[in-house]
Amino acid sequence: MAEVLVYVDHVDGAVRKPTLELLALARRIGEPVAVALGTGAADTAAALAEHGAVKVLTHDASEYADYLVVPKVDALQAAYEAVSPAAVLVPSSAEGKEIAARLALRIGSGIITDAVDLEAGEEGPVATQSVFAASFTTKSRVAKGTPVITVKPNSAAVEAAPAAGSVEELAVTFSAKATGTKVTGRTPRESTGRPELTEAAIVVSGGRGVNGAENFAIIEALADSLGAAVGASRAAVDAGWYPHTNQVGQTGKSVSPQLYIASGISGAIQHRAGMQTSKTIVAINKDAEAPIFDLVDYGVVGDLFEVVPQLTEEVKARKG
Amino acid sequence: MSLRIVVTVKYVPDATGDRHFADDLTVDRDDVDGLLSELDEYAVEQALQIAENADDAEVTVLTVGPEDAKDALRKALSMGADKAIHVEDDDLHGTDAIGTSLVLAKAIEKAGYDLVISGMASTDGTMGVVPALLAERLGVPQVTLLSEVSVEDGTVKGRRDGDAASEQLEASLPAVVSVTDQSGEARYPSFKGIMAAKKKPVESWDLSDLDIEAEEVGLENAWTAVQAVAERPARTAGTIVKDEGEGGKQLAEFLASQKFI
Ligand SMILES: Cc1cc2nc3c(=O)[nH]c(=O)nc-3n(C[C@H](O)[C@H](O)[C@H](O)COP(=O)(O)OP(=O)(O)OC[C@H]3O[C@@H](n4cnc5c(N)ncnc54)[C@H](O)[C@@H]3O)c2cc1C
Ligand SMILES: Nc1ncnc2c1ncn2[C@@H]1O[C@H](COP(=O)(O)O)[C@@H](O)[C@H]1O
Repeated sequence: MAEVLVYVDHVDGAVRKPTLELLALARRIGEPVAVALGTGAADTAAALAEHGAVKVLTHDASEYADYLVVPKVDALQAAYEAVSPAAVLVPSSAEGKEIAARLALRIGSGIITDAVDLEAGEEGPVATQSVFAASFTTKSRVAKGTPVITVKPNSAAVEAAPAAGSVEELAVTFSAKATGTKVTGRTPRESTGRPELTEAAIVVSGGRGVNGAENFAIIEALADSLGAAVGASRAAVDAGWYPHTNQVGQTGKSVSPQLYIASGISGAIQHRAGMQTSKTIVAINKDAEAPIFDLVDYGVVGDLFEVVPQLTEEVKARKG
Repeated sequence: MSLRIVVTVKYVPDATGDRHFADDLTVDRDDVDGLLSELDEYAVEQALQIAENADDAEVTVLTVGPEDAKDALRKALSMGADKAIHVEDDDLHGTDAIGTSLVLAKAIEKAGYDLVISGMASTDGTMGVVPALLAERLGVPQVTLLSEVSVEDGTVKGRRDGDAASEQLEASLPAVVSVTDQSGEARYPSFKGIMAAKKKPVESWDLSDLDIEAEEVGLENAWTAVQAVAERPARTAGTIVKDEGEGGKQLAEFLASQKFI
């Protein structure tokens, strides 16, 4: 059976959920071989084996943290040459897309980014994408070379599928260009204890209607009652009320949770681009004409300062 | 010595218009109004600021696109760029990201550069890969997705706000930079700028000017193929209630009925 290379996104050995989803998709096309790089790379093996990796290629070197992107491209290329896979799958993060693109160029392949589904096809894997702010779905394939495809979080269910997951050290020689862009400083993001925005099953977002940084406590309280992640519109982020890392939309995160709750958000096309594929959409807005109501499964026309706290209380009461 | 900055700008269909696909499954660029991608305005803005802070600098804006793409160049010129290059060729229709990066890279080399500045992503394709591809093709450092950028003494520095951390980056010129919409509001063209832009030079190059064969670009030769396109079914109309004191409770009832609580 053909092997499929899966690039592993992990934090010090803890495999992030989108990679486990990738393994489920990879198994539709062939046998997943995982590539894990950097600090803790070898610690990823157990989780990857549990979810179907037949092999885990690992490599650690200080270059991965000290220089931008290129060392990882060199390593993925080394893995590609060692394995000769039928396809290469990479999580669709900002960095993942850059790594995938440079690899594709080096190996003479086409690249598809931001797939939301993947299936085996007669002429190679067929990727589903959601385009023009999710108003269209397309099906595409790579026409030249080995398909390189990046896949968005929440595109497949995580499946347990125990496999050997034998760890092998990958031999990597860094290219002359690997040290071109130096990382001279790094400030890690502080954890909020809430689920990761792109991975969360429920996202509760606030917009300009929240009207102030301090009022975001109302949004956070609802999120916490539901075990949800917190999102924000660009208007709320630009006003300085909430961090940019929480922005949902075209230039922020693209989310596709089971439930999306928008409060005080009008539903501009650029915001919709990042949340329109959510399974269930709920909105609270005092303007009955707000475009967000075109998307909703359930909407409340009302003042979020009344509706949201009442909802939070009710959720808490029901959850006991 | 003059700092030569090339800004890559894309002409895109207006996102607030009715965007759709043409019969050959490429993006329809005829029926929808186009404009300079809003995300590339940030690139133009940073280029102008870097040029203003340099002793001697020249900002060239470059686009690969159809006849109408000149509008995007005009806008960038009226913001303050010095000159423009338009790569246009019938054989370019349907070129994908890998092909576009080839054309841009050849044009950038022909123009001469110390610094390339791109937007974070095009608003139609939204891939966000062209800057990385340019760095790979040109063989120079990639300093991408910056929310802050500066150039001094032949070194480009910037801040990249990633998911896990905010990173400070540094590279020597020549380099390829891309900037995000967090990098600072783009200026509006002034009346003077609009008038001045009319006199600024716009060069037109075709594939032969860049020594690119027709077989290397275009829809037929693309590295990816779109097989099918479907309009997403409109979401079925949901229930909308007016809050009369019980809105939060009604919403909770709905969430419970959907097993979210
Ligand atoms: C290139 C580009 C990229 C962009 N990227 C993004 C992006 O990634 N994400 C994004 O979100 N936007 C993005 N935008 C901006 C987008 O166009 C909108 O401006 C933005 O989404 C508006 O945010 P909002 O809905 O919070 O604000 P508004 O449009 O001002 O809406 C606020 C809403 O709150 C309601 N409201 C006010 N008070 C209350 C109250 N007390 N109770 C209930 N409702 C209330 C109002 O009725 C209104 O509908 C982008 C724009 C461009 C040009
Ligand atoms: N046809 C084009 N002409 C000029 N610049 C482009 C073109 N396509 C992409 N770019 C540049 O590359 C960036 C990222 O584009 P993309 O990878 O398509 O999302 C854009 O913001 C532009 O700066």
